[in-house]
Amino acid sequence: MKDGRKDWAALAKMPKFVELHRRKKAFLLTLWCLGSIMFYLLPICAGYAPEFMKVKILGRLNIGYFFCLLEFAMTWAIAIIYTYKSNTYFDPLTKEVLAEITQGVK
Amino acid sequence: MMNRLLVILILALTMCPLAQAAEPANKPAVSTQNGSVMAQPAAAAQSVPSAGAAAVATVAPIKSPAPLAKEVKSNKVITISMFMAIIFVTGVIVVRASKSNKTAADFYTAGGGISGFQNGWAIAGDYLSAATFLGIAGLTSMFGADGFMYTVGPFFSFVTILLIIAEPCRNAGKYTLGDILSLRSSSKVVRGTAAISAVVVSTFYLLGQMVGAGKLMQLLLGIPYNVSVVGVGTLMIVYVTFGGMKATTWVQIIKAFLLMLSGLALTVLLLWKFGFNMLAFYDAVALSPTIQEHVRGLMKHVAPVSGFDYGQRFLESGLLLKDPLDQISLGIAFAIGAAGLPHIMMRFFTVPDAKAARKSVVISMVLIGIFMLMVTIIGFGAALYITPQQIMAVDKGGNMAAPMIAQYLGGGVGSISGDLLMAFVCAVAFSTIIAVVSGLILAVSAAVAHDFYVNIIKDGKSDQRQQVKVAKIAAVVVGGIAILLGIACEKQNIAHLVVLAFAVVASSNFPVILFSLFWKRFNAGGIVSGLTFGALFAIGVVLVSPTMTYPKKIAADAKKIVDVMEKKQLAGAVLSEKEVKTLEKARSDYSSNKDGKSMVGLDAPLFPLKNPAILSVPVGFLAAIFGTFLFGSRREEEMFDELFIRQNTGYNISEASDH
Repeated sequence: MKDGRKDWAALAKMPKFVELHRRKKAFLLTLWCLGSIMFYLLPICAGYAPEFMKVKILGRLNIGYFFCLLEFAMTWAIAIIYTYKSNTYFDPLTKEVLAEITQGVK
Repeated sequence: MMNRLLVILILALTMCPLAQAAEPANKPAVSTQNGSVMAQPAAAAQSVPSAGAAAVATVAPIKSPAPLAKEVKSNKVITISMFMAIIFVTGVIVVRASKSNKTAADFYTAGGGISGFQNGWAIAGDYLSAATFLGIAGLTSMFGADGFMYTVGPFFSFVTILLIIAEPCRNAGKYTLGDILSLRSSSKVVRGTAAISAVVVSTFYLLGQMVGAGKLMQLLLGIPYNVSVVGVGTLMIVYVTFGGMKATTWVQIIKAFLLMLSGLALTVLLLWKFGFNMLAFYDAVALSPTIQEHVRGLMKHVAPVSGFDYGQRFLESGLLLKDPLDQISLGIAFAIGAAGLPHIMMRFFTVPDAKAARKSVVISMVLIGIFMLMVTIIGFGAALYITPQQIMAVDKGGNMAAPMIAQYLGGGVGSISGDLLMAFVCAVAFSTIIAVVSGLILAVSAAVAHDFYVNIIKDGKSDQRQQVKVAKIAAVVVGGIAILLGIACEKQNIAHLVVLAFAVVASSNFPVILFSLFWKRFNAGGIVSGLTFGALFAIGVVLVSPTMTYPKKIAADAKKIVDVMEKKQLAGAVLSEKEVKTLEKARSDYSSNKDGKSMVGLDAPLFPLKNPAILSVPVGFLAAIFGTFLFGSRREEEMFDELFIRQNTGYNISEASDH
């Protein structure tokens, strides 16, 4: 690498970078865990609470059907939340960090 | 010169189906021996074989007034023209793209010049295989709500891809998984292991697709299995070697568009009949007497239980997916497995930056989600109008459900519009195979040429022309091997290969990617031990799981049939011709299987679940952790800071490219 002499360790301790990473990690992990819980709830309910899933809600459509639909809606919601948060918060912060890195390196 | 050669090759390939059409179509061997024609993230693959076969056995005795047609009547001229149109259009794309493959970056990642929007369509085209379309439509038409439930897993996998994989990979990587991992450790062993892992996983996946393609072409066109495998394989080799990632991307985009179009057309035509009233639609499904009878067969109720609503049962889950633990295990494999598939990961290297990577995942999520919803409605529609019995009579895996309902909605058997719509759906299924197989061949060729040849043998010192040349040679060799394996595996139960691909990725690639992105102390020891033990353990568990064929089990089932029939004979009943045949078959099954053992010499499975993920994923994580602590390395911990900054900020993406 051409400029491999960069002090990456020092850069990694930059307050802005630490902040970016901490926030991002917390946000991503929370979102991923919530999504996963919802996701595994579907096979768990289908397997262990079949009577619950059979309860009719609308016409012949039962809870199981709407549960599946809910999973789709949830996945889309996660995509929207994540995109929104990235565009409004993480992207600008990343830009600032990048600017500081380039300055610091010179 | 090269281009002229390419045009000639494509023309020659276009003529192949014509030549096939000219000779009297061979009878399509409809019975796909294990019931699942295709494999893929899909369903069809892993659960249908046993359940499907069992269902057939139980449904068969129900007296049907008219014998069910054994094959689909299609208009061969229309179907073949549609196939040729697909080959022609994709061929034109390949010829155009072949002009711009000068550097390795052009070949593997289209020079990073694909936009987020285009890449989103391409990801959908890469991920939605023929199994998703035909397999899930078939599954829904045979087992009702379970088909719908099944779609949630492959769809949810995109949450992991979006939140964890897409952006860091775009920021840190270049062409392959090996590139990301070697930012953590410059050891050649790490790169080699990563390359082997990519080759193994993609080969499982590829094999599933090749066997699926062969059987599908047999069903759709009546082309013999071997000819189809060679044809599809050759076409793919030509596409990948000449067109590289740019052509592959455009083929995937067009395929995704056609797939969405056909899904939308079928759904609209279907729901039109009910004035777009979903409640009326599901009412009609539940009230259909043939579906009710089918469900009774699935539930093995010899006589109808009075007061039991068999139609409503079709709208409830549990007809196919019975074991909750197996479901959860499969869910784990989907939720984290798809995120580490080499050919999906490779798609993120084709966009310029993390923002585009994010956008592409979101777009593919919208497309895939809508498609999954449409495909289950199509499946229910097929159950209503074609009947599960008829679908299973044509193909036990249910793969013809979508083409048949297309023919029905277009105007019925024999009508021009019906044949047109069915031919269109078949051609779309074919374009799906092309798109997925090309992506896979490209991923394997990147692992072989970029990781092994350029970075291990040549120490990263290889000029662009040579790199592209080696990549193309690798693609030809990989494609050739895929054809040979595909032919060799015609009679094999390929279902477990796909279960395996997902489980192996989930228990080896995923822990390693996660740790290398987020854990500072993670090092070469952890990478190698995570990749190898995770993968070997997952393979080991599948080898002793019920996914494999156990001759003793087949023998026992055959014995039961023999006993029932013989008892009947002893009681003085005269067996019908059909029953005599069943008896003979059961007897021969029994004698040929009674002393057999499974591939690893077992009488019965040691592991109770079909999906190993619930056990192998924790083992993969543990292996990665232990490996890290056993082989500590200060230098590698220091390397983490660089990767860490890069993957979080996208610092120096362009520099990463000549790294």
